[in-house]
Amino acid sequence: MALPDPVIDEGEIARIVEDHLHLEGPLLPILHALQEAYGCVPAASHGPVATALNITRAELHGVISFYHDFRDAPAGRHVLKICRAEACQSVGGTALAEATLTKLGLDWHGTTANGAVTVEPVYCLGLCACAPAVMLDDRVVGRVDAARMDAVLAEAGA
Amino acid sequence: MKIYVPIDSAAKALGAEDVVRALVQAAADSGQAVEIIRTGTRGMIWLEPLVEVETDGVRYGFGPATPEDAAAILDGTSVKALGPVEDLDWMKRQTRLTFARVGVTDPLSLDDYQAHGGLAGLRRALGLTGQEIVDEVKASGLRGRGGAGFPTGIKWQTVHDAQASRKYIVCNADEGDSGTFADRMIMEGDPFTLIEGMTIAGLGVGATKGYVYLRSEYPDAIKVMRRAVDIARGAGVLGADVLGSGRTFDMEIRVGAGAYVCGEETSLLNSLEGKRGVVRAKPPLPALEGFLGRPTVVNNVISLATVPVIFEKGAQHYADFGLGRSRGTVTLQVAGNVARGGLFETAFGISLDEVVNDLGGGSASGRPVKAVQVGGPLGAYMPVSKFDAALGYEELDAEGGLLGHAGLVVFDDTADMLGMARFAMEFCAVESCGKCTPCRIGAVRGVETIDRIAQGDADALPLLTDLCETMKDGSLCALGGFTPLPVMSAVTHFPDEFVRTKEAAE
Ligand SMILES: Cc1cc2nc3c(=O)[nH]c(=O)nc-3n(C[C@H](O)[C@H](O)[C@H](O)COP(=O)(O)O)c2cc1C
Ligand code: SF4
Ligand code: FES
Repeated sequence: MALPDPVIDEGEIARIVEDHLHLEGPLLPILHALQEAYGCVPAASHGPVATALNITRAELHGVISFYHDFRDAPAGRHVLKICRAEACQSVGGTALAEATLTKLGLDWHGTTANGAVTVEPVYCLGLCACAPAVMLDDRVVGRVDAARMDAVLAEAGA
Repeated sequence: MKIYVPIDSAAKALGAEDVVRALVQAAADSGQAVEIIRTGTRGMIWLEPLVEVETDGVRYGFGPATPEDAAAILDGTSVKALGPVEDLDWMKRQTRLTFARVGVTDPLSLDDYQAHGGLAGLRRALGLTGQEIVDEVKASGLRGRGGAGFPTGIKWQTVHDAQASRKYIVCNADEGDSGTFADRMIMEGDPFTLIEGMTIAGLGVGATKGYVYLRSEYPDAIKVMRRAVDIARGAGVLGADVLGSGRTFDMEIRVGAGAYVCGEETSLLNSLEGKRGVVRAKPPLPALEGFLGRPTVVNNVISLATVPVIFEKGAQHYADFGLGRSRGTVTLQVAGNVARGGLFETAFGISLDEVVNDLGGGSASGRPVKAVQVGGPLGAYMPVSKFDAALGYEELDAEGGLLGHAGLVVFDDTADMLGMARFAMEFCAVESCGKCTPCRIGAVRGVETIDRIAQGDADALPLLTDLCETMKDGSLCALGGFTPLPVMSAVTHFPDEFVRTKEAAE
């Protein structure tokens, strides 16, 4: 289940854009700030952003879609990133990820029915000496086994 | 009582915050006055959370600590006692130049930083001309630690010589390679050294503005770096009057958006400019036409963070370490299925065997080690028969390997090498910037071809070999160009795993 679309305040969008226009290469900071505010880069912001930066909406779309981070709809209340990269694989990361997805009845990028957790793949969290690793929102967890994963999921309300 | 507990992500991921809470509680319960100082990590990740208690100026280690250990650590009866941290084998055998302060000091204390040699390099550089600064870096033999190993001084010379009204220093902190975390550790554990290194680079080439392009997967590092830049600016290290010299240098932290290819320097520059992170054709070199078309130094975090110690101790001191054309120290990251994983800084030239079996203690599972992937997702799988290989740029290359950012991922004998080869292709397909066909389409074909091999199709293996040749020759950057390396190293060194009968597959 996706969360309801965020309430978009045109004034706030204009302010976010305005706050970054003095930067060299302001677009990524703007997109991050919008996502921070709304949980995604809302469609309603595309027009104002494109106009402010003097680029076409098609170009803007091209940029947004290039990067894995930017969403067009908000994620669940929490985002669980599970590392899929080699060091985590070397200590059972693949099985852990599969078991977690099965348990939640999700595919990658899916959100639990109660809207609590979206599960995303990530390629390395820099925790390769204490793998397998996951990150719940901004909190890192290392040497994750089934029990630790259950604790993380419980904390997230999955 | 002074107690040190790392605030590094790896320590936090292993429960450091709970340990700190327990220590505070235990101190309150026993009525002891304790001062808890947060540091970076010493790099012995298997001992994290590593609590250090200072007695008579010596720091005694306890680890891996759990909250239950808190009271015994405070009253000196803990069974987790390791003795003086500096005397541990892992510490004693290192040459910590770039990482000298990491795990020792409070990352955000500029006083602590200076008390441990910080800013001495910058002060010296302020008395030199740009050319003298570039010459010093050349004399140190420093080569880029981001992967390609290009001589840093020569890159700086090009930017120094370029005529332009504005030049830039861009730090590549995209650290996307699996098995690597040195950049993260230094940004979280000693951020001022990166700031100092970028400032010296700015003075050397005549740039007044720097950017750190830091991957979004590192929220802790982002926070520490942002805070450190504010502190440095507040203290006059950055800004319009660097340490009262009248010279200008300032910098910003920019956050990536989850694209591996943005670690490639020209893709990174496009991303920094707010474009799709597509790789640019070279020439023009970023050194001549980089960020916003202006001369730009793009260097890895470790390259730049090593600059201060070169200026503090002198280029020759640095160059005296190493092997052949690999001068100085390599910041090895030992990871994966290994008993003792972490960061180990040493002179170039140490063998793979010594790192994996001696320092690392073999696999974490206790099973035989099968292979080590050196150099990230674009690096080769080195079988045990090649463990005599010395870790240096040319030395590893001669053995069919790639040093890259010096990450080592250990696998035990349960590793499925066909699966790892498939993953390399899948990763390339997911992360390709899309510019060249051999990479964009080839990687997808690669996955399909490896699936056919897995199903016992004997004709598929030659196809895979051809495909890898095409990718190698027809790709603009190392993502498409080097993905064949892990794939073909797996095929070459573990051929049995790529010969499957139809029956076995069914
Ligand atoms: C696909 C790809 C990913 C890369 N990722 C990184 C990275 O995460 N960090 C890095 O410093 N260099 C990375 N590089 C290498 C950079 O292109 C560049 O060589 C480096 O930043 C130069 O800095 P150095 O000379 O200090 O190593 C990558 C290259 C490629 C082809
Ligand atoms: S090799 Fe791949 S990632 Fe590199 S430029 Fe070509 S398409 Fe882009
Ligand atoms: S490979 Fe999973 S954290 Fe690095």
